[in-house]
Amino acid sequence: MAWFIKDETIKKPSSKSLWVKCKKCSSHVYDVEWKENLNVCPICNFHGSITSRQRADLIFDKGSFNELFANIGPVDSLKFVDLKGSYKDKFEENKKKAGINEAVLTGHGKINGIKAVASIMDFRFLGGSLGSGTGEKILQGANFALEHKMPYIVFSESGGARMQEGVLSLMQMAKTCSGVAKLNKKNIPFISVLVNPTTGGVTASYAMMGDINIAEPFAVIGFAGRRVIEQTIGEKLPDDFQTAEYLLEHGFVDAIVNRKDMKDYLSNVLSYYNLK
Amino acid sequence: MTKVKSKPSEKSVKNSTEKGKNGTAWDIVKISRHPNRPVLQDYISLVFENFIPLHGDRYFADDPAIVGGFAKIGDKKVMLIGQNKGKNTTDQITRNFGMAKPEGYRKALRLMKLAERFNLPIVTVIDTPGAFPGIEAEERGQAESIAKNITEMAKLEVPIVAVVIGEGGSGGALGIGVGDKILMLSNAIYSVISPEGCASILWRDATFAPEAAEALNITAKALLKLEVIDEIIEEPKGGAHSDYDKTATAVKSAILKNLKSLENISVDKLLDMRADKYAAMGKFSTDN
Ligand SMILES: [Zn+2]
Repeated sequence: MAWFIKDETIKKPSSKSLWVKCKKCSSHVYDVEWKENLNVCPICNFHGSITSRQRADLIFDKGSFNELFANIGPVDSLKFVDLKGSYKDKFEENKKKAGINEAVLTGHGKINGIKAVASIMDFRFLGGSLGSGTGEKILQGANFALEHKMPYIVFSESGGARMQEGVLSLMQMAKTCSGVAKLNKKNIPFISVLVNPTTGGVTASYAMMGDINIAEPFAVIGFAGRRVIEQTIGEKLPDDFQTAEYLLEHGFVDAIVNRKDMKDYLSNVLSYYNLK
Repeated sequence: MTKVKSKPSEKSVKNSTEKGKNGTAWDIVKISRHPNRPVLQDYISLVFENFIPLHGDRYFADDPAIVGGFAKIGDKKVMLIGQNKGKNTTDQITRNFGMAKPEGYRKALRLMKLAERFNLPIVTVIDTPGAFPGIEAEERGQAESIAKNITEMAKLEVPIVAVVIGEGGSGGALGIGVGDKILMLSNAIYSVISPEGCASILWRDATFAPEAAEALNITAKALLKLEVIDEIIEEPKGGAHSDYDKTATAVKSAILKNLKSLENISVDKLLDMRADKYAAMGKFSTDN
């Protein structure tokens, strides 16, 4: 729950003023201003969550985005039940709540006139977790890019593998990376954009495999969870640990790009791609 | 290891009756972590011959959590790579209980590429609670090192047989676990998260690990059914630790059989088969 601003809170028409509290600097920002600023804090530049569709609108030229594989969704193949109930009930509820069938939106379109395929993860759907359906859409996106010789962009925003699918979710790491491997072999560019948060099995698969890795400012990006590491070493970690800035310093991302500049940055980079 | 009190609940009672004499998932977790369970170095002496260990990732260090080198198994020459949990406390600490750091995964990849150059099949042996969760591991790119291995293993132009001998701990296991044939000992486990970790998140209490173990489908039997693994290597009745020789014999013949099955396949066909194998992993619906 920590990372996203509920859309309905913002949209709800109300006579009262609505304020969004920034997760980073705790400033209260008027909701209209927050939205106009693309869910980015005007005080500290913290990038809050946006929906996959909002992101598609920001990246692709108006009216150019064509969704692909929208029919794909999860199944409860393990009949997984935990304390709070069944996985099936949970994903059905998430489908209704988020208005999407999986934790990723896949499609193709034009970015400042350049054709590209994108898979955009959506944190509202089960924390953007990587399930079989998620992995399938990301792989199919790669296959589509391969077939049409278009660059492939994946926006990651995920807590990691989806536990309720057991090892099947772990195997999505290998499944998606086999798609990346095919793109590598055919020299089709693959760009990974890491959004707050990108952790666990998603970071340890396609999200780190971009020919170019881009991050949004202050995004938390890491493999092991902060709490797990603190327990292992028995001390508190510095604040900037596992941030986009930390990864840039350690050589794992190429650039940190503001949300408002992302479209132009992507098209600028992609303009260097000469299709053989 | 997290200490787990047994917590009788309706579900665990139901599960233990369902599983009957074969033992619950939690029983198998305990066997997979048994202090006397054979580890990689036991198999190196009992299954392989003429092991030539090779060290270092050429960037940073040599990670003793991952062992690798040329080896012979029966009449086959292979590149052997695996996690080694170690035998006694000192050895286990040196080897970080089989929890590899980025340099371990990078050494593994270096040896895999070497195998490709020597045109040797690769045998990987998986036995780890997970990749090491520490500051220096994150700093040096734990996620990147695993991601890279998973991606590169999809392209390796030699056959890969992976064997889960004990704990197949999440991404740390998969980092050397992509292959053409995945084998698993009958009391080994393979999981996206430790049962304790899952219980503490989804049950908000690590003592529900037995329930989580059942729900996660982490046993060889469950994973064969889910088509994540290709074959179960049966352990002796009392578990692998009760009879090392018998276990080693079963492991050796399973590896040899599977290496043989991959022998005369062209590189293109092999890579297509591998891609198809992973493309088919997982279950999803298409009628949304
Ligand atoms: Zn702020």
